[in-house]
Amino acid sequence: MNQFLIFILLTLLKIAVVTVVFLTAVAYTVLLERKLVGRIQNRWGPSRVGPFGLMQPLADGLKLFLKEDLMPSAVERPLFILAPIIALGCALTSIAVMPYGRDIRWHGVDMFQIANINVGLLVILGVTSIGVYGIALSGWSSNNKYSLLGSLRSTAQMISYELALGLSVIGVVLRTGSLNLRDIVNLQATHGVLSWNAFGGVQIVAFFIYLTAAFAETNRTPFDLPEAESELTAGYHTEYSSMKFAMFFMAEYANMINVGAVATLLFLGGWSSPFGHLFPDFGGPIVHALLPVFWFVAKIFCFLFLYVWVRGTLPRFRYDQLMGFGWKFLLPLAIANVVVTGLVLAVHG
Amino acid sequence: MHLALFIIFGLLCLGGALNLLLQRHPINSALSLIVVMSSLAVLYLLLGAEFLALAQIIVYSGAIMVLFVFVIMLLNAGLEEKTHGSRAAYLAGIPGMLALLGVLGGTFFTLRSSFGSARLGAYLATTHDLAQVLFRNLLLPFEVTSILILVAILGAVVLARKEH
Repeated sequence: MNQFLIFILLTLLKIAVVTVVFLTAVAYTVLLERKLVGRIQNRWGPSRVGPFGLMQPLADGLKLFLKEDLMPSAVERPLFILAPIIALGCALTSIAVMPYGRDIRWHGVDMFQIANINVGLLVILGVTSIGVYGIALSGWSSNNKYSLLGSLRSTAQMISYELALGLSVIGVVLRTGSLNLRDIVNLQATHGVLSWNAFGGVQIVAFFIYLTAAFAETNRTPFDLPEAESELTAGYHTEYSSMKFAMFFMAEYANMINVGAVATLLFLGGWSSPFGHLFPDFGGPIVHALLPVFWFVAKIFCFLFLYVWVRGTLPRFRYDQLMGFGWKFLLPLAIANVVVTGLVLAVHG
Repeated sequence: MHLALFIIFGLLCLGGALNLLLQRHPINSALSLIVVMSSLAVLYLLLGAEFLALAQIIVYSGAIMVLFVFVIMLLNAGLEEKTHGSRAAYLAGIPGMLALLGVLGGTFFTLRSSFGSARLGAYLATTHDLAQVLFRNLLLPFEVTSILILVAILGAVVLARKEH
């Protein structure tokens, strides 16, 4: 077989494996959230379907798949159908540029990243900014005032917090001197925890800004105003049913995983182990290849846990508080972080 | 490969631009404009300008067009209405556009030997190269442009401020 064919086949294999793992992770994140919020509220959460309720995602999926797909009569039909596709499509795209393990080549193809792109970080930001249309269009095309209000809130919130999010990342880019996600992780992989951007790189402020903005970007508590059920029924997806609703639902949880993965890559050393530099010769070749994947997944899991914990703990912001916090606190803080990081790097080189 | 992508996205860009003009609902026009801008980003990428391509997606397709869509949704703009003014615009606009197209096309065709040329996929301008040019060779124009934009932002703030 020639090189090109091998490349195509291995890439398709990577895409298939990553997509299946990602979608399974999305399904089980829902279960994790229901279980954890249950325990926080002193109840069990789902426990009937399978051992410990582990088959619950399967049952949920089957239920949503078998439900009738209602099409309300007054909707703007093409956009109504397009909106969930945009939302889910964008949510599933970012994972393609993320490195989830060491650069280990098989037949010359990097097996632990689907696409290594020079401007990978910008691709993720770009895909996120296109994903806003899914929510904006769903609210408008539904022809329902609750949906429209929900999507207007969501769009305004995402535009506002995207600025702080984009600026918080610049400190990391300045330190690395590259927009390539593999370079960003490699720089953090040399001395364990001490070389991670959040700690050794002293980007802890940027990490805080990123984390807060990420909660707003994914419409999660305490910034879940777009779907504040006491005011807006269900917000932008009020009129959606069956698989179209499921697509929004999946997009939301996929975005949670994406944001956690990006935070891991940028601030917590990606796949690098917190103390791996102390044992450089640990394990055989297989352990050497798979242990980084374990660390990557473990770090993302910590983020998902944090998300659920925050949801179980904090009340919702008021809308003016949300906007004031984003524009008057996070944005100036992010700009200050860029200036300070730039000055320090200019002096110490 | 590059040529195929160029043709596909060039056609998509032109199709989007035509659809932008032909659609009667402003939101469909806005969405067509997003298609145009995103296909332009792919054309930039084919010419090796990777940073520019992604900046085009983030700034134009993302931020600016979201604001367009936002305003259309907020004003709840309905279908375009035909008035006497629009008929006059048709009568004057279509010949005017054809004349402009003719002049521009003719100029480019006669002067094409003195233009440089770029081959698709022959060149890659990395973010590093772009930064070198912007912040070393063209620092003064860059800073002057930044100040111009800052002045525009301040102007917008002054205009939008409530009178007390």
